[in-house]
Amino acid sequence: MRKLALGAFALAALAAQPALAQQSLLNVSYDVGRELFVAVNAAFIAKHQAATGQTITIDQSHAGSSTQARAILEGLQADVVTFNQVVDVQILHDRGDLIPADWQARLPNNSSPFYSLPAFLVRAGNPKNIQDWGDLVRDDVQVIFPNPKTSGNGRYTYLAARAWANREFAGDEAQVNAFLTELFAHVPVFDTGGRAATATFAERGIGDVLITFEAETRGTEAALGDANYDTVVPSVSLLAEFPVTVVDKVADARGTRALAEEYLTFLYTPEAQEIIAGNFYRVIDPTVSAAHAGEFPEVELVKVEDEFGGWAAVSEEHFAAGGLLDQVFVNQ
Amino acid sequence: MRRRSPARPGARILVGAAVLGALVVFGLPLAVIFTEAFRAGIGAYLAAVSQPNTRHAIWLTVLTALVVVPINIVFGLSAAWLIARFRFPGRRLLLSLVELPLSVAPIVVGTTYLFLYGRLGLFGPFLLGHGIQVMFTVWAIFLVSLFITAPFVVREVLPLMQLQGSEDEEAARSLGANGWQMFGLVTLPNIRWALFYGAVVCNARVMGEFGAVSVVSGMVAGQTNTLPLQIQLLFQDHTTLGAFAAASILTAVALISLIVRFLLETRDRTPAR
Repeated sequence: MRKLALGAFALAALAAQPALAQQSLLNVSYDVGRELFVAVNAAFIAKHQAATGQTITIDQSHAGSSTQARAILEGLQADVVTFNQVVDVQILHDRGDLIPADWQARLPNNSSPFYSLPAFLVRAGNPKNIQDWGDLVRDDVQVIFPNPKTSGNGRYTYLAARAWANREFAGDEAQVNAFLTELFAHVPVFDTGGRAATATFAERGIGDVLITFEAETRGTEAALGDANYDTVVPSVSLLAEFPVTVVDKVADARGTRALAEEYLTFLYTPEAQEIIAGNFYRVIDPTVSAAHAGEFPEVELVKVEDEFGGWAAVSEEHFAAGGLLDQVFVNQ
Repeated sequence: MRRRSPARPGARILVGAAVLGALVVFGLPLAVIFTEAFRAGIGAYLAAVSQPNTRHAIWLTVLTALVVVPINIVFGLSAAWLIARFRFPGRRLLLSLVELPLSVAPIVVGTTYLFLYGRLGLFGPFLLGHGIQVMFTVWAIFLVSLFITAPFVVREVLPLMQLQGSEDEEAARSLGANGWQMFGLVTLPNIRWALFYGAVVCNARVMGEFGAVSVVSGMVAGQTNTLPLQIQLLFQDHTTLGAFAAASILTAVALISLIVRFLLETRDRTPAR
């Protein structure tokens, strides 16, 4: 018994030690980004090997981006983060001092190499004829989206719905709030993350429409069969940036800064942008973007900065306890 | 003890309903897991369980059991022996403390460990200052698993120790046996099956633990993903076959535990002395 225990401890010590010979990066990312980064990482590893002759590994961790930010603050050794929420990156500076205040200025396009938007996934043939946000509050429509309290994805949906309502009701606050209250009342289940909401809609068959990132609606179509679902892009939606940054304190301590920076810069290359577009995200590279233009319907994209005065204001006015979200999201 | 077979039709219907209910509630999910896992044939099944991240998850889960179960056997034996053989201040407190992990939600355990050893936590800054990373490593997984499964051996062994009393042990001591001889020749043989069963249950729980581990693991695929976490990941990735293949391994562990339990209970009923 004692030998067994000793042996187990020796094994444990081995498992606890990362392989020293090989350089590795840990990319801590949002919930529904797994398939994308599996593809991106393979391309980056191959490219790095061709250029330097070194084999590297890139580890991935995926969960709701607020959960992930919390884990990094508590010590998860992320060399880079690739999130779907600016606030979840910002908190790494505000609460942990792990990145500098100007992190967003370090890479092009506010450190966001690609973007997406909340869109609708409906059952094949769109039997309930859901075309825009106004259709979601019809009596016969059940809506699925993740809980805005726990999910960045859900927060985008809430803000996109509000942006549409602001236009529809010409900024009449009472009518906007009434619409949002009605919308939330049409949601039978609030999941904690984007992928769980997809499972509720697709695997459990609940609801007439799933609201999630366009990349996820099209990805679900691709994964579960084009014949079963259709993506509907509403008239107005919210620009969802996917910010990335090196986690300075971790990368410096682990000596991975150069590799981490190379990895994030790679996301902006045409090669990576092509992979990203192939995973149904909208990209910023003009050539790649033009090549895929036919796949992405035109949509009026509202920016958080223009519509809501920036993420800091949004956090305070909408998502803080007792804020506007709480006023329309009652009894849940 | 022999039970009479139910004669009255009402009783028969009740028994039939119970068996049918058990089949639907327990049998059906089991059947689904194995049918789904082997849906595409044995080759696809083997490919799914030998996918590198799943293989690593299996290995990490087995490793966790190898570390945690022996420690909890030693802890369980010591605690049960103390409680059964001695009267000391704090004995009742120890008794309740040992049961504590059973009544605390695993998610609370995970969060508490994060609060203790996280970078923003109580001891985390000190440990990290000395280059010791606990959270989001396999050590964190070992720690929460130890806590969660601490009661299982005690619970199995303690009633037996209390029932058997200390006469045999005192006799051994009076005949000149030292502590280890007494333990090895008298105490252990009396409780060995309960101990074994406690270890089996402890093992099943270690391997299946999800809530607490998910908080402290960091969920790095191929590094800190245990089998239950890997099953969730595969399922959410729409990799249904992989998820069920991985689930079939955990289910097999549970079934083996069940069979062991059944065999031990049959054994207990046959008079040994």
